[in-house]
Amino acid sequence: MLMPYIPHSDEDREAMLAAIGVRSIEELFEDVPEHARFPELDLPPALSELETRLELESLAGDNLTTTDCFCFLGAGAYHHFVPAVVDAVLSRGEFYTAYTPYQPEISQGTLQAIFEYQTMICALTGMEVSNASHYDGATATAEAVITAINVHRLKRRKVVVSPFVHPEYRAVVRTYTQGMGLTIVGDENGGSAGLTDLSTGLTDLSTGLTDLSAGLTDLLDDDTACFILQYPDFLGRIEDLSGLAEAAHAVGALLVVVADPIALGLLRPPGEFGADIVVGEGQGLGAGLNFGGPYLGFFATREKYARKMAGRIVGQTVDAAGERGFVLTLSTREQHIRRERATSNICSNQGLVALAAAVYMAALGKCGMRKVAELCYHKAHYAHQRIGGINGFSVVDDKPFFKEFVVRCPWSVEEINDCLLDEWDIIGGYDLGRDYAHLQDHMLLCVTEMNSREEIDALVEALEEVTS
Amino acid sequence: MKLNPKARYAESHEWARQDGGEIVCGITDHAQESLSDIVYVELPEVGDVLDKGDEFGVVESVKAASDVYMPMGGEITAVNEGLEDTPELVNQAPYGEGWLIRFAPSDPAEFDALMDAAAYEAFVAAEEG
Repeated sequence: MLMPYIPHSDEDREAMLAAIGVRSIEELFEDVPEHARFPELDLPPALSELETRLELESLAGDNLTTTDCFCFLGAGAYHHFVPAVVDAVLSRGEFYTAYTPYQPEISQGTLQAIFEYQTMICALTGMEVSNASHYDGATATAEAVITAINVHRLKRRKVVVSPFVHPEYRAVVRTYTQGMGLTIVGDENGGSAGLTDLSTGLTDLSTGLTDLSAGLTDLLDDDTACFILQYPDFLGRIEDLSGLAEAAHAVGALLVVVADPIALGLLRPPGEFGADIVVGEGQGLGAGLNFGGPYLGFFATREKYARKMAGRIVGQTVDAAGERGFVLTLSTREQHIRRERATSNICSNQGLVALAAAVYMAALGKCGMRKVAELCYHKAHYAHQRIGGINGFSVVDDKPFFKEFVVRCPWSVEEINDCLLDEWDIIGGYDLGRDYAHLQDHMLLCVTEMNSREEIDALVEALEEVTS
Repeated sequence: MKLNPKARYAESHEWARQDGGEIVCGITDHAQESLSDIVYVELPEVGDVLDKGDEFGVVESVKAASDVYMPMGGEITAVNEGLEDTPELVNQAPYGEGWLIRFAPSDPAEFDALMDAAAYEAFVAAEEG
């Protein structure tokens, strides 16, 4: 068995075998039944590093990436810029390959980076305390529900959720909380409950959706643990949440806001609206699309709820010599101490992706993040205006929007996207008909700082041709 | 191990003392010592009605989170709100300022079923032996 990356020599192996009184390595496997011990694997012959590399590069070449295409797809995973400094810091061995490096004696760099991540998330969201992150926005949302349930000491069993919270997050909340005896309402029928007449299209969509917010507040009562909204919502729209925050607090429910961290570079932070918990997907903060992951769930809340919050928390303290240091803290929340009494079984975080987010936010700073958000906003509004002028297409206009908007298409979104991709190398928007029965032929288009004016003009030209 | 001669003791290391028609309750000196520095105490809400043996709260130290149980059944009439800012009172004065709850007992006779100071002392010695 020649394995050049294992440092043992034959002498080392013989010495180890002699020390444990075994004659050969094969003898160590004698407890495995003979037919299973060294089975014929029928693998092709081993390739050299050179040959392996060529084969993998050929496979990878089949992928179409955002380098090859213009991307106008969002819906929860966004094509945002990843500055070079992010990879430069992340690729350090101390960060990249360390596994759960949280002993304060040897991990001050990691702990400090997480503490700074937490601090910046609080600043961005307008909240008081943040944890060290969750797997993704969906998990963070589910954990927010569990936190709210625990804040109410398990006495409230209802969750009211807007249908315009990301469909996958709502599905994960349901999966996560099954068996807990919760009633989750507000998004039945994909939100069509609030719509009046579906056949005449957009005008009714606008009034129907306004009715919807009112409909949601009707569901709030003293059995409601929390009220979940998204900001901007899944359709890209921004609304003033203060009235909805008041409605939640009037019945003693917590307001949970699922927020886009890039949007928070420009928009009023949910903490100022009266949010009790702010969660969301941090992928846009320096993580890149990466074919779906790893992503980053951020979770921020008020200090009074800190002990009900799941996940790791890094705290700042002083050591015996009075020097500042960082440690994991409030550890008694976690299941390795509280066991079945812990509010959640989460005991992990997305260390590397949180680090990427910290580097991103530090590198851009408040001004840089505002600039990114402004670029997204202005480019999306330019696209909105131009697409609104194409024959056969119309754009939904009922509320202000940030970087995504709804386009009503003359044909199915699937057909249009196939055309865009095959003939123009353009990745079109998200087919809203997949999640909202009343939004067939409606596309959610996303424009970020990565889309140049030329790209947007190319999209417009492509759409014009597609329908001509 | 300090003991309060006026109090009675449960096997789960809570003490109970009669005061007016109510019961004052906390954790024993032995318990606070085993837990070491207490950093947080989770208490029930006034008005909660619990049975003997029901868990009414959690005492958290840096290394453990320990449930605390009703030595007798009753309705919570007060909780020691000062512990929110100074949980260390439980370590410093477990029978005095570090009290946890007051409740109106549903069956005052349950008090007699608890161990007296001497019996508790023997109980702890046996547990450790």
